[in-house]
This record gives sequence, structure tokens and C-alpha cells, in this order.
Amino acid sequence: MQNPTSDQPIIRFDRVDKRFGDLLVLDKLNFQVDPGERVTLIGPSGSGKTTILRLLMTLEKVTPAQDPAAEGGVIYVEGRPYSHMEKGGRLVVANERYLRQARQKVGMVFQQFNLFPNMNVLRNVTEAQVHTLKRGKDEAESKAKELLDLVGLSDRIDHYPSQLSGGQQQRVAIARALAMDPDILLLDEVTSALDPELVNDVLGVLRDIADTTSITMLIVTHEMGFARDVSNRVMMFDNGQIVEQGPPEAMFSEPQEARTQDFLRAVLAE
Amino acid sequence: MDFQAVIDSLPRYAEPLLVTITVTVASAALALLVAFALGLMTSSKHLAVRTPARVFVEFIRGSSVVVQLFWFAFAMPVILGIQFDYLILAGIIALGLNYGAYSSEVVRGAIAAVPKGQLEASLAVNFTPFQRLRLVVLPQAWPEMIPSLSSFAIMLLKASALVSLIGVFDITGIARIIGGANGGANQLPHLALILVVYFVLAWLIWTGMRALERKAKRGVGINTRLPKTRAVAPPEEGANAAGGVL
Amino acid sequence: MNEWNNETVIEVFPAIWDGFIVVLQVTLVAGLIAVLLGLLVAIGERTGPAWLKRVVSGFFQFVRNTPLLVQLLFVWTATSLYINPDWSAFIVGSAVLGVHYASYTSESYRAGIEAIPKGQWEAATALSLPTHRVWGAVVLPQMMRRSTAAVANWVIAMFKEVPTLFAIGVLEMIAQAQKFQGQHYTGAVEGYTIAGILFLAASYPVAVAARRLENRLAKSHF
Repeated sequence: MQNPTSDQPIIRFDRVDKRFGDLLVLDKLNFQVDPGERVTLIGPSGSGKTTILRLLMTLEKVTPAQDPAAEGGVIYVEGRPYSHMEKGGRLVVANERYLRQARQKVGMVFQQFNLFPNMNVLRNVTEAQVHTLKRGKDEAESKAKELLDLVGLSDRIDHYPSQLSGGQQQRVAIARALAMDPDILLLDEVTSALDPELVNDVLGVLRDIADTTSITMLIVTHEMGFARDVSNRVMMFDNGQIVEQGPPEAMFSEPQEARTQDFLRAVLAE
Repeated sequence: MDFQAVIDSLPRYAEPLLVTITVTVASAALALLVAFALGLMTSSKHLAVRTPARVFVEFIRGSSVVVQLFWFAFAMPVILGIQFDYLILAGIIALGLNYGAYSSEVVRGAIAAVPKGQLEASLAVNFTPFQRLRLVVLPQAWPEMIPSLSSFAIMLLKASALVSLIGVFDITGIARIIGGANGGANQLPHLALILVVYFVLAWLIWTGMRALERKAKRGVGINTRLPKTRAVAPPEEGANAAGGVL
Repeated sequence: MNEWNNETVIEVFPAIWDGFIVVLQVTLVAGLIAVLLGLLVAIGERTGPAWLKRVVSGFFQFVRNTPLLVQLLFVWTATSLYINPDWSAFIVGSAVLGVHYASYTSESYRAGIEAIPKGQWEAATALSLPTHRVWGAVVLPQMMRRSTAAVANWVIAMFKEVPTLFAIGVLEMIAQAQKFQGQHYTGAVEGYTIAGILFLAASYPVAVAARRLENRLAKSHF
């Protein structure tokens, strides 16, 4: 059994496969992320980047290797198996109870916001604190108000999601995710569903959070400027594998691989 | 037609009216209970939960409510060796189960219509399956069910007249008794009277359900302007009936 | 009260079967009325004068919101008193049932017509199509695709309400079970059970077929 220590990676993919039917989305993927690191995943659609976030949120399960003797195929978080759990000295696919404990560390912001339309803004941010973290109502509310202040929406706490713009909804969704005190925050194309004029509000909030906290972030985005400002590392994906990775300055100014060059040219031309 | 006789007999309608309302309300309550139980069961991902509920729903929906009414009133007591002290109970059970089975498809359809993103967000904030159901799925599915459920409530009111056939004195039963006393001709004004009574009751249900719908939609922050008229979806349509608003 | 008796099942079956045949006959007659009258009403609501539209939709709204049983009793009493006492309960009952369900099918047709995009009407006008061609070539074919499954489902629902006609003396299954009970002092329990099973056996395949039709129509291209 490994002991989690601060200098070990907070996320580690060990030869992870993911298939949807016959389609191989992740192919023996290896990578790790250090605590506090901000990693941006780029690549053409279908390259597997969103799947990585969904695996980390346990919205998907890893596909067991087809050869039963093959090792790996496990995701580790904070040094402990995450997609799997130890049972009788072996790693087996994690059950729901184990996942409930494990995913506590992870929060996610979705492309389509996915706020709960039947709850007002305040309840969207307090509900899970009360029901999952078992915080008291007062504590949850003061935490929620603090976070809503941070995302600039303290004057909207009584509104329902349907009464908010997309950008406002997404900022509430960010507050909702942060209210759970995640160690890892997953941002899945959080500005893709927004009207162009609303993108900067959301990105501004995320920049603030990146500057003022040490939360580990995995970011899937097409906003290359944002990626350059916020991330420590950019990983280029294609066909379920890492094509190339490096610090944003290097990746954006002198990409080595042809596929990265093509992709960046196409994205920046937009 | 002797309208004076009808007016004179109005007091005799008081208790039967209460019977009609009781049958309708009690079987609607039972139907709602059955609808949610079966609707949740048929939405389950576990085959062992889904299958028996599915079979029960198809069994009830496949047969006739009139036959079921007679079966519950006169056949089931014999087969199970029990006795209904009040036949009204048989009526309530038959109507409640029948409309419950139909309405369960509305519940199932509305649950299935909750966007997948809502389930994913529920998981991302680590709700338990029960919390997800209670805090997210049902509050969102409920307003979608109301239009179809209100059509079923009106059908249930109409079906309540059938209990007169098994000997329960609702307004239909009493109209036939009073009217029949002096020969067939006297039945007509009485039947006309109760037709109007049923229409008024249906209107009350419809108005009440619309108010409920408006309230429920406000609860999820949805625009509360409702369409003025709506098509009634056929009861067989199942999941599609959840889209009762056209 | 009687016990369940397997021999009685065999004895009562022919009577219930006769009742079942009557149910099918009523379904055929009433179904035709529901399908055709409903269509006529839906078209009339679009093309007829406003006053007619108000009268017709008021009438059908009343029909839709009052019990079939009371309508049957009312019309049966009225026809035998004031029109012709020799009219058969079968005909009167089928007519009332058909009109009752026309109040539902007309709604399904209407929804089908309303779902046709406005551009279709405008295109028909732009081509100066005569009214009968607008309906025959443009509106009805598109409406049918949207309404057929719903109308079929109403007919299935109607089929299961046919036993209500026993109240006016149509010899369907419940009446047959009661008649048998009257003659043999037994058989009601078995009769009602057989009736339920016959309904199940008949309506389930039809419902499955209707569902399949619904899916196929939903996928068809035009």
C-alpha cells in the first residue's frame, strides 16, 4: 500500500483504456498531474480529452484491459487507487460506495452548466453542502454567499437559473463546484455554450480562482489565450494518446509535432 | 319531462354526490400512489425491479376497466375468500389500480425526460441515488406530469360512474333509481342533470390542476404562461403521454 | 357465493366468447364512426364558419368531459321514447361510443393539423391550389403521419370500454356472464376472469402493433 505524500502526483493515469463499443477513445494512456498544477488538454473533438475529465468525475468507468493478465488500467488520485479499490490484495473495479468517498475530492463544471432548475441560486450552492458534506444550514449559506460574492453574483441569490444569462449560470456552477472544497477541479469546455460577450466574465472568475487558490485544475478548452494565462502545462491529444506536451509558451509558439501545428493553426484561425 | 319533480328530488342527490366525489378522490389518491410506485420501478435500472412492475402495468392496461371492476367486486372476493363489506372499496381499488397503471407511464416518461446533465451534475456533487431522486429528479419531473395526470383525473371522474353498475349509489345510480320509479320517461331529466353535474366536476378538476401546474412550474422557475387549450394524449401512448401539452 | 370451478370455466366459455364477438362487432362499427367523424370534425373546425366551429367544439367538449355510461343511458332512453323503440341497443350503443371517442380522435387529428408548419399552408396558397387539393395533397397526408398512431391508440382504448354497453342491454361479455349466472346460479367469477383474459389476449398484440406503427411513422421521412 502506498502512502500518500505531498510530493507525489495528485492524479495518475496508469495505462488507462476507454472504449465505447468498438471505438477506442483512450489507448493505454499514461500521465500524471502534480498537486496545484493547472493542465490544459487540447486536441480535436473525439480525441479523448473530455473522456479524461468524465473518468475523473466517475461519470464513466475505465474499460478493463482485454488481456486479463495485463497490468495497469487504473486511475490513482492522491496516491490511492481511484477507479479501482483494493480487495484481497488485488485491485478490483471500485463499487459505488467506494466511489462516493473517492469523488468527494473532485468537482466539475460542465459545458451546459447543469444547474438544478428547481432550485434558486443559493440552494444550488448550498444543497450539496448540506446533503453530502452534512454541513449546517448556516455554515453552508455563509460559504455559498462568500463564493457567490467571489463570482460576482451576490445580488442574484434568489433567482432561478432560468432567470440568469448563460454566463451567470456558469458562474453559479463554478461556485457550486467550489462549495464542495474539491482538491481537483475539472473544467469541461465551460465557455463553449456561451455567447461570445459572456465568455470573458466566466474566464475572469476562473483566472481569479487560479490566482488565489492552489486547487489542481484540469481544463478542456478552446480558449487558447485563457489556456496560456492559466495553465502550467498544455497536453495535446489525438486518437486517445498524448501527442505532445509542455509549458504553454513553448506549446503555442513552437509546437514540435505536425498534428499540434495543424490543430493550433485551425483553432487560432477561428 | 317533469322538471319540478327533478327539482323536488335534488336533496336525494346530496349523499350520492358525496359518493361520486369520494370514489373519484380516493381512487385518484390510490392511482397517484400506484403511479409513482410503478413509475419508479419501471424506471429502475435493475431488471428484477423493472420486470414485475412492467408485467403488472401491461396486465392492467391490456384489459378493460369495466371487466376489472366486476372482477374486483365479484370474482376476486371469491378467489381470495374475502368479502367486501362495502362494494365502494372494490370500485376504488379497481379504478385506482387501472388509472395508476396508466399514469405510471406518465411518471416514467417524465422521469426519463429529465436531462442527462442533471443526473451528471447530481453525481458531481455526490448526491446519493435517493437524494438525486428527491432533490433533483422528482421536483423537475413533477410539473411535466401534471397535464397528463389531469387528463387522467377527468377520465377517472368519468369512470367513477361505472361503480353504479356494481351497485354503488353514486349520482348515476341514484338518477337511474329516481328516474326509473315512474317509468323510463322520467329518467331523461335526471340523466341530463347529472351530465351537467359531471361536466361541472370535470371543469373543477381541470381548473384545479391548471392552478397546480402553474404553481409547480413556478417552483422550477419556468415561464408560467400555459397554453389555453391542449390536446389529450391517448392513454395507450405511454411515455409519449408525458408530453400532454401540445 | 360460488367457488372457482374449472368445469364451469368450460361451460361458461362459449357464452363469454359470444359476448367477445359482440365486443369486436361494436368496436368495428364504433371505431369507424370515431375515426371518420373525428376527422370530419377536425377538418370542419378549420374550414367551416365560426359559429359552427363553436357549436361543434362546445358539443364535443361536453361529450369528452362527461361519462360514457350516462351518455349511453341518456341517448338510449331518449331514442326509445321519442324516436324509435325498435332501434337496437347494439346500433345506438355503437353510435354513442363512436361519437364519444370521436371527441378524442378529433383532438388528435387537430394536433396533427396544427403541427404542420405554416410554410406548408403558405406554399399551397402561393401555388393557388384549390381547397380540396390543399387538404387532399398537402395537409391530410402530413397530418395522417402525425395522427395515425394516436388515433389507433384511442380505438384500442375504446375497445376496452365496449363492456360499458351492457348497461343498455348489449349482450357483451359481462351481460353474458350475468345471464349465465342467472340460468345456472354459477359462473360469474369464471366469466369475468375469462373476459379479462380475452381482452388481454386481444389488446396486447394490437397495442404492440400500434407502438411499432408509432415508431415507424416517427422515423419515416416526409
